[in-house]
Amino acid sequence: MSGLTINDKDVVVPGEVLAEGMDYLPSHGTYRLDDTIRAGKLGLARIDGKVIKIIPLSGVYSPRRNDVIICKVFDVLMSGWRVNTFTPYSAMLSMKDGTNEFIMKGANLTKYHQIGDYIMCKVVNVTSQRLIDVTMKGPGLRKLDNGRFIRVNSHKVPRIIGKQGSMVSMVKNATGCRILVGQNGVVWVSGEPEMEILAIETIKKVEKESHVSGLTDTIKVFLEEKTGKKLETKAEEKSEPEGEQQ
Amino acid sequence: MSYTKRVDGRKSFTELRPITAKAGVIARADGSAYFKIGNTAAYAAVYGPRELHPRNKQIPTRGLLRCDYVMMPFSGMGDRVRPGPNRRAKEISMVTQKALDPVLDLQDYPNAVVDVFICLPETDAGSRCAGICAASIALADAGVPMKDLICAVSTGQVGDKVVVDLDYAEEAYSDGPVSDIPVAMIPSTGELTLLQMDGEISKKDLMEALKLVKESMNEIYEVQKNALKDKYPAGGDDDE
Repeated sequence: MSGLTINDKDVVVPGEVLAEGMDYLPSHGTYRLDDTIRAGKLGLARIDGKVIKIIPLSGVYSPRRNDVIICKVFDVLMSGWRVNTFTPYSAMLSMKDGTNEFIMKGANLTKYHQIGDYIMCKVVNVTSQRLIDVTMKGPGLRKLDNGRFIRVNSHKVPRIIGKQGSMVSMVKNATGCRILVGQNGVVWVSGEPEMEILAIETIKKVEKESHVSGLTDTIKVFLEEKTGKKLETKAEEKSEPEGEQQ
Repeated sequence: MSYTKRVDGRKSFTELRPITAKAGVIARADGSAYFKIGNTAAYAAVYGPRELHPRNKQIPTRGLLRCDYVMMPFSGMGDRVRPGPNRRAKEISMVTQKALDPVLDLQDYPNAVVDVFICLPETDAGSRCAGICAASIALADAGVPMKDLICAVSTGQVGDKVVVDLDYAEEAYSDGPVSDIPVAMIPSTGELTLLQMDGEISKKDLMEALKLVKESMNEIYEVQKNALKDKYPAGGDDDE
């Protein structure tokens, strides 16, 4: 007996048989046991030609090089800052990556980043022992003042941003808030207080209903109802370039 | 006198008590589950993988699994129990950890910890098995990489009969020998990850009991699987 035992996009649980025989290849989140391919975590099974992989639905974010994430400074060291990445591992922001300004020898580093500051930064390197280096040198990487921070499931981040940022720019246009989404699932929202609350409510709604198809339209209706103003169509949104995208 | 009819009215000696399970019952936990078999109910909450303190407990080659089993003071027969860990709870925490660890793949989380908290608001025998079943659903719900779920149920001997899933009345049967054998199994391979015994049993009956309990595991596995699938209604992400 050989062949698939599940369909594309099925929710599978650990240990579930995905395919029998040697016709398919196990990829991310799957493993081979004798002549079966089984799921190695909870998620959506995706079949891509002969390759079966699992897209996780839950679990912690694992940092990858060049990801832009939102972190919180929790310690100031001799040669830089330690930041909380909201993963099991904290990251190092070295002095030269922390600011463009010249830092005098022996200067007080809290002048640049104080404990408790939130920063938008980019992952430079991740080692096998999960030591992480981040940098703030790059377009759009900066300290985040004011506003509110929320945490969402990091696996839902692509859905919150949407295709070419369609979802997040719609929320921005409707609420007038500035929004930044880190790959680690931390979202920064800054604007009028009532609008911040609406933006957060919308983002939570996107997170919760991420599996529903046609979500962009649902959210559009929801935002039009709440703000009482008509939103422009997608095509017009795209012609309006915005700097806050990530 | 032989044991002819089960005390709680179950039809056969291999029938399990009614089971309900639900994933995602504790909002703030990374993963959680509820598992109820008969009158034994367990909640499990999973946090992590997260940073492990104290640092001397960290393992540089893999993540650590830490389990904490607690019976609520009001859960048993109404005798007040001092809350918090006692000698029995510490032992069960340890065997739970050893029962779950073989399926977990924590290579990708060096120095980190996965915390599992198991709490039993209601107990009627078989509490460590219910706790392991709940914990296994909660770990999967938390997205922890794992080869398989873990199913657990007790078996044993009451009087002259080999039975599966003993309740308290059967454990307390006084007209003959009684043994209570909690068993946990990896369903895909049939390997046992927990095997303990209270009481006495002959070798022949023990083999018979293990054979029967393996058959019952499928029933538990299906309940666990459905609990997880029910939490995530079908339909994929459009953007992925």
